[in-house]
Amino acid sequence: MQISFILNGRPTSVEVEPSMLVADLLREQLDLTGTHVGCDTSQCGACVVHLDGVPVKSCTLLAPALDGATLLTIEGLQGEPGSNRLHPMQEAFREHHGLQCGFCTPGMLMTAIALAQDKPNLTEAEVRHGLEGNICRCTGYQNIVVAVMAGAAAMHAAGGE
Amino acid sequence: MSNVIGIGAAPKRKEDQRFLTGRGNYVSDIKIPGMTAGVFVRSPHGHAVLRGIDKTAALALPGVIAILTGEDVAADGLGTLPCGWGISNAQGVPMKEPPFPVLAQGKVRFVGDMVALVIAETPEQANAAADLLDIDYEVLPAVVGVLDAVAPGAPQLFDDIPNNICCDWELGDKAAVEAAFRKAAHIAKLSLVNNRLIGNPMEPRAAVADYNPGTGQHALWTTSQFPHVVRTLMSGLVLKVPEHKVRVVAPDVGGGFGVKQFHYGEEAALAWAAKRVMRPVKWVASRSEGYLSDRHGRDHVTEAELALDETGKFLAFRVKTLANMGGYLSTFGPNIPTNLYAPLLGGVYTTPAIYCNVKVVFTNTVPVDAYRGAGRPEATFVLERMVDVAAAEMGIDRVEIRRRNMIPKEAYPYQTPVLVQYDSGDPMGCLDGALAAADVAGFGARKAESARRGKFRGLGYSTYVEACGLAPSRFAGRLGARGGLYESATVRVHPGGQVTVLIGTHNHGQGHETTFAQIVSEKLGVAFDNVDIVFGDTDRVQFGMGTYGSRSLVVGGAALSKAADKVIVKGKKIAAHLLETSEQDIHFEAGKFSVAGTDRVKTFEEIAGAAYVPHNYPLEVLEPGLEEQAYYDPVNFTYPGGCHICEVEIDPETGVVQLLNYTAVDDVGTVINPMIVEGQLHGGIVQGVGQALFENAVYDDGSGQLLSGSLMDYCMPRADHMPMMNIATHSTLCTHTPMGVKGCGEVGTIGSPAAVINAVVDALSHLGVTHVDMPATPNRIWRLLQNASLPIAAE
Ligand code: FES
Ligand code: FES
Repeated sequence: MQISFILNGRPTSVEVEPSMLVADLLREQLDLTGTHVGCDTSQCGACVVHLDGVPVKSCTLLAPALDGATLLTIEGLQGEPGSNRLHPMQEAFREHHGLQCGFCTPGMLMTAIALAQDKPNLTEAEVRHGLEGNICRCTGYQNIVVAVMAGAAAMHAAGGE
Repeated sequence: MSNVIGIGAAPKRKEDQRFLTGRGNYVSDIKIPGMTAGVFVRSPHGHAVLRGIDKTAALALPGVIAILTGEDVAADGLGTLPCGWGISNAQGVPMKEPPFPVLAQGKVRFVGDMVALVIAETPEQANAAADLLDIDYEVLPAVVGVLDAVAPGAPQLFDDIPNNICCDWELGDKAAVEAAFRKAAHIAKLSLVNNRLIGNPMEPRAAVADYNPGTGQHALWTTSQFPHVVRTLMSGLVLKVPEHKVRVVAPDVGGGFGVKQFHYGEEAALAWAAKRVMRPVKWVASRSEGYLSDRHGRDHVTEAELALDETGKFLAFRVKTLANMGGYLSTFGPNIPTNLYAPLLGGVYTTPAIYCNVKVVFTNTVPVDAYRGAGRPEATFVLERMVDVAAAEMGIDRVEIRRRNMIPKEAYPYQTPVLVQYDSGDPMGCLDGALAAADVAGFGARKAESARRGKFRGLGYSTYVEACGLAPSRFAGRLGARGGLYESATVRVHPGGQVTVLIGTHNHGQGHETTFAQIVSEKLGVAFDNVDIVFGDTDRVQFGMGTYGSRSLVVGGAALSKAADKVIVKGKKIAAHLLETSEQDIHFEAGKFSVAGTDRVKTFEEIAGAAYVPHNYPLEVLEPGLEEQAYYDPVNFTYPGGCHICEVEIDPETGVVQLLNYTAVDDVGTVINPMIVEGQLHGGIVQGVGQALFENAVYDDGSGQLLSGSLMDYCMPRADHMPMMNIATHSTLCTHTPMGVKGCGEVGTIGSPAAVINAVVDALSHLGVTHVDMPATPNRIWRLLQNASLPIAAE
């Protein structure tokens, strides 16, 4: 079937199998490999993207659900394609060493940005709770938590996303 | 030159930009024209005779290209998967080393054992064919635990390996230990289990294989911590093709923790299959498949006894361990519970006599091998729990008994009775630092406050040492290593003075691209931004042993440092020529070659330029170009250590253990980048906390089914399991590594489980609890409390 949606700011039309998962569509068909797949039980959160501004696990979403929607992936975070400028949350992860192997990072960033959008003044407890659906095996979370709080503050200082 | 960022600075990481923007290049991201999909068919039984495989129906499905089985492997004359260590018992009898075929032959020995490789145009087609494969199994009873496996009448995995014992290994002076026990004032005993773990790097394993008939070259992209070792083992011993005809690439790898430091059957099967079907083949494991095939870790059953004099001085330590190897020997398998375990049983104490016996046992489970810490967390756990048990029994304070037995700073270098000689350390300094940082003085008040809320608060200590920086080759060879364990680095200076480093270690989260660049920046005075680190490709990097055992900075960094020194030596020769003086008069500092006592100077860039444009150059005595290579083989292990203090609160209503404070003061030697070191400690500690409180790989006896087979059943630490950790370093310098570094990748995982469990036991000690096995889940604690409360209530 044919679906049309806005992908990282650009109108996109693709032919998909109705049973295709969004994570596979992005990775295999659209060559956007920044969205990662770390599990097969919807637990790890490496695959989180924003569907109409809401964080969703793209490994658990069927491609037809995209029709008419707006999708943001890690590749769309910087705004202009090819720009080297980082989103404030990306900048905060770099500044606070919130990543090691980088595999969980795209999902962490997408979850963190959504968390920060909803809440201007995130507490440590809120961040830790809000990251419950994202597993990181490398960092022990401490620097991710620090980064998310700093990133949220920076996002709001910059006037939203 | 400006923008030098050297040792001790904390620049942001070079690798971050690509990871933050979704531009990493992981194996599962790779696409090659004509690529097919590979799916492995795995045994659903823990133990069974493989009677036959009927491929007919599966082969008839659309898109199916080939179905390969153990018979094809045998027909093509492939070798079996090699074990890199050959251990022996005290009489010199070598371990039993059964063949580990690439695809199962005759029998399957664990759930997940590979039976066939299906290759099709798409993964969906390959999966459909895998489902239709008709495999005739004669199911046998499976044995999964070590105690059951060595019991009379247990199912036997191999006809010629009685009682499933691979090796009955020992270390230490048994007679001296027995003599010490005879004159002991007190003997403390402890039985414990070191729980089986699944490493769970967030990136599942994956591989892409290709073969070019025009050149006869194999190429394999794989999620590996040591691509050169995969190439050596796979080419020479499994595929039996010349090593130079095989290229192995490990690009960005999403975490390893040991799980990716073995040569896996999937790698060899795919490389072989790509040649058979003359198409590239890609395989990506699902998480569940990883649980059934990634090598597991730990899984010991141990009995320990400590002999003490009346003052609490340790006289002798005796440890008997049964270690689970799983169904076959993996790459490092038998080395982990022996050579990386028993030599650490001395810990930071002066125990004069130690004896350890380890029975290495086959069971119908996934092969067990190194997982972050590998042997050393198990040793630390036994010892640090034992110390607490002895302290409680003798009525000596837990900190005091440690002090009475600690190796004083002045006693280094310190020879232990179990092979290793610690070069440097200050355990007392780490302990004192941690006691202050953790506000141990205020613990009583905090405990009383918890008690008012009906909660039990506990404090746990772990003062530990480990051996890492694997490894001195000669020493390792004596212990049974079948390869060398040096590292190599090339420093390639470009004509413009920029530097590319080619190094044999592998970066999969540790920040090598940053740390190694700092070393080069400092040594050569080159701008940090002008240094790039290349790793992970056997066609680009000369050779290397890869990353494991906290060895990258210790061994790889040393090779890099040596190579940079050689660049300076050659640079001085060039400078001497250009400045018309003798080499001895040239002084190199901060990127400048100068004539001592004058203002005559050549910059590093000018020297690089002269080396590549040798118009005015001593060509008679010196080759053009500026590129140097070094191999470094360490003379000893390094011995990081430290003190971890954990504070927990237990809710007796639910059995939930909450971690309230965690303090670590570690001695990791020279710190190159404190930000990265702290990150390594955070991650390591949380993995240790995971072992202590949450993680457990559980098998069903009889069937051999893995019950904890997904992230739903195997509990991983989450962000809200942890408080903010309080991390500091108290470093003594390693005396034999070039920069004084000791390594920091595993310390967190080694020190933490004992600290956490000692805190849990402390919290429950008023109920008569003396030990809690890991993981201390709410269920386990709650049950303990139910049992414990009966006699307490009756008193
Ligand atoms: S891949 Fe989507 S939650 Fe793990
Ligand atoms: S950075 Fe490796 S899993 Fe999070």
